[in-house]
Amino acid sequence: MSERDGLRIGVYVCHCGTNIAGTVDVRAVAESAAALPGVAVSRDYKYMCSDPGQDLIRQDIQKFGLNRIVVAACSPHLHEHTFRTATRTGGLNEFYFQMVNIREQDSWVHEHKGAATRKAIDLVRAAARRVARHRALEKSRTPIHPAVLVVGGGIAGIHAALTLANAGKHVYLVEREPSIGGHMAKFDKTFPTLDCAACILTPKMSAVKNHPNITLWTYSEVTAVEGYIGNYKATIARRPRYIDEDLCAGCLECIDACVFRQAKVPDEFNEDLSRRKPIYVPFPQAVPLVPVIDPEACIEFHSHKCKKTCVTACGERHAVNLRAEEKLERIDIGSIVLATGFRAYDARRSANYGYGVYPNVYTALEVERLINASGPTAGEVVLRDGRTPQTVGIVHCVGSRDENTNRWCSRVCCMYSLKLAHLVKERTGAEVFNFYIDMRTPGKGFEEFYQKLLSERVHFVRGRVAEVTDWALDSSEEGRLVIRVEDTLAGLFRRIPVDMVILSTGLEPQPDAGDVRRLFNISSSPEGFFLERHPKLAPVNTFTEGVLLAGCCQGPKDIPDTVAQAGAAAAEALALIDAGSVETDPNTAYVMEEACSGCKTCVPLCPYHAISFAQAARKAEINQALCKGCGTCVAACPSSSIGQNLFEDDEIFEESEGLLAYA
Amino acid sequence: MPDAFEPKIVAFFCNWCTYLGADLAGASRLKYAPNARVVRVMCSGRVDPQFVLNAFARGADGVLIGGCHPGDCHYQEGNYKALRRFRLLQRLAEQMGIEPERLRLEWISAAEGDRVRTVINDMVEKLKALGPRRVGQGPDRPVKDLAEVS
Repeated sequence: MSERDGLRIGVYVCHCGTNIAGTVDVRAVAESAAALPGVAVSRDYKYMCSDPGQDLIRQDIQKFGLNRIVVAACSPHLHEHTFRTATRTGGLNEFYFQMVNIREQDSWVHEHKGAATRKAIDLVRAAARRVARHRALEKSRTPIHPAVLVVGGGIAGIHAALTLANAGKHVYLVEREPSIGGHMAKFDKTFPTLDCAACILTPKMSAVKNHPNITLWTYSEVTAVEGYIGNYKATIARRPRYIDEDLCAGCLECIDACVFRQAKVPDEFNEDLSRRKPIYVPFPQAVPLVPVIDPEACIEFHSHKCKKTCVTACGERHAVNLRAEEKLERIDIGSIVLATGFRAYDARRSANYGYGVYPNVYTALEVERLINASGPTAGEVVLRDGRTPQTVGIVHCVGSRDENTNRWCSRVCCMYSLKLAHLVKERTGAEVFNFYIDMRTPGKGFEEFYQKLLSERVHFVRGRVAEVTDWALDSSEEGRLVIRVEDTLAGLFRRIPVDMVILSTGLEPQPDAGDVRRLFNISSSPEGFFLERHPKLAPVNTFTEGVLLAGCCQGPKDIPDTVAQAGAAAAEALALIDAGSVETDPNTAYVMEEACSGCKTCVPLCPYHAISFAQAARKAEINQALCKGCGTCVAACPSSSIGQNLFEDDEIFEESEGLLAYA
Repeated sequence: MPDAFEPKIVAFFCNWCTYLGADLAGASRLKYAPNARVVRVMCSGRVDPQFVLNAFARGADGVLIGGCHPGDCHYQEGNYKALRRFRLLQRLAEQMGIEPERLRLEWISAAEGDRVRTVINDMVEKLKALGPRRVGQGPDRPVKDLAEVS
């Protein structure tokens, strides 16, 4: 503010209960601020974000004729919006406001009250100097394109897509695999109700296929995303299936006709427990029910000498097209729901459990397929040599809660281990042992399910399994697998011989989660799961506006939680669409024409091509609609003739000088 | 007893990665040295070399710039621009007699609360060893020949 005499700043220091006041002497901060030039009123208050706290600002604006507001409280990422609104409703331009973070970056990270208080005083002084320079600005509005892109066709993506489509919005659902369904399609039963996974999932899959508002692209991946909230442009690469989806009737005669009489290719959907042909559908209920040709396995793609019996079998339909090529689709959307799921932990990494060494060590997903009626053994739980196991050991926490592999709890393993214990016992009558560290059953009906298992005479041994070995010490262990474990409840080491070991593998981020994260410009937690905007209050939002999260890509969770989160993500997208437009911060850069020398330094710096060079005037020009407000051009301009709203040079100079000034 | 030297650090943190990392450090209640004061900018690419030099001129003992990891910039490549300027600024600062330890650029993501702690603690330790920034003193080493630099 040029006329410094007219400056009337109100400073508000929040206690946040004891969150701030416990470490920062808030009274001292407010008193110190009261002595700063231009400060008309300075107060401390228990909860500034409460209604009375905000009223305080509004009343003071009227009472003391304030024209600038500073609130020292939590992170601006939490409550900047709240206090800007209070500033506006109090009668001031909302950008005559500056927030000071004395919680996340002060009281919560320091122990010494004197030092924390001095830091708060410095930060408030800096803000008071900065806010004096603030200009009145207007928020801009961006229209929201009503279509939504949902990435990933597991239960999360399916549920989000259906919710949006049922509300009348257009959805593009993109799935990398040949069919939607995700991990859930592999399960036989779901815990704790033991309802059949297929029975509850396949109707939703068909609904996706038949919904007029859903464009389903399977065997496809998003390869490029640009734009911003409301106006994203995405490119989707649709890999060739070599069978035209529009022409195929789903009779599957081409599969029967394939020159490969024997299925020879490991079947990914059955966790490689069975074989498929080069032309295949992943599973009988696949959506779309259109075969795929695997060019790696099909001899036509190698030798070009195949008799092409699949083409002949298709006859007049001409759906088989061996010359099909990748197709690129470009779409406009307003928001994006990421539901890219998880990968199961690779049990080979825990070498002490012998997966991949002993044939009778299985992963839980393999056993899911064995139990499944449409799986490789039609639902029979048998060992690789065809025997029915008499004794089964289920090892919990493989690749979870482990310093050497993954430290997090995968949340679903206890419950699915109990489910597998129940199902294996039901199908085989085998004696079943569960080896667990802690039994974690926090969910509706989960603890009751555990109690039911206890009454079913399933054995529970508390202790992390040390090793699975085939080294027999006596005749009872001969030809079997021995589980070595410390039974921490009995206080002794045990060797338990079993016929079959099931490893309850944990949930990990997808191997390419890092690429997906960069593609959509979002952050991830250290372990690689996508980072939500706020763990409690914005669990499906990301820091990139308009990009939402659903399901296990955000962290391990079970099906009920996944569906709930997918519904929440869809609701967030709907809220955006129905609002029609979104307010964006006016933090764009602009050229001060009179100072611009036309050197063009800024032009190539802009990643959004927002800066152009006006030939006639020989000046740079910034397109306000394209500028996203990073400020890189501002810092680079040699003549300081580019400004940035909200982050002006003089504002930042004042702030940093304020930090270093001592009253 | 005279007060022990407490270095003053001005930190320019980008809004999307390092500032959030510092917020995460708070939410995780990690404890670190109270010497750094953060100025939030939208992107490390916004950090004008003048901000840094001005901070030194006004009495900062150290300046820390925090941005997103390479490839992770919210604005695609602002952090590369920051790096480019930083390299040049380092050379300039050295010629002005500002020791290299006083000027630091760190990539800290929104998930790396712990890294905020270790970086600030480490910088405070180094600055304490170095002592207050001495104003008006030339470089300890002779300025490199210009031809050699280019």
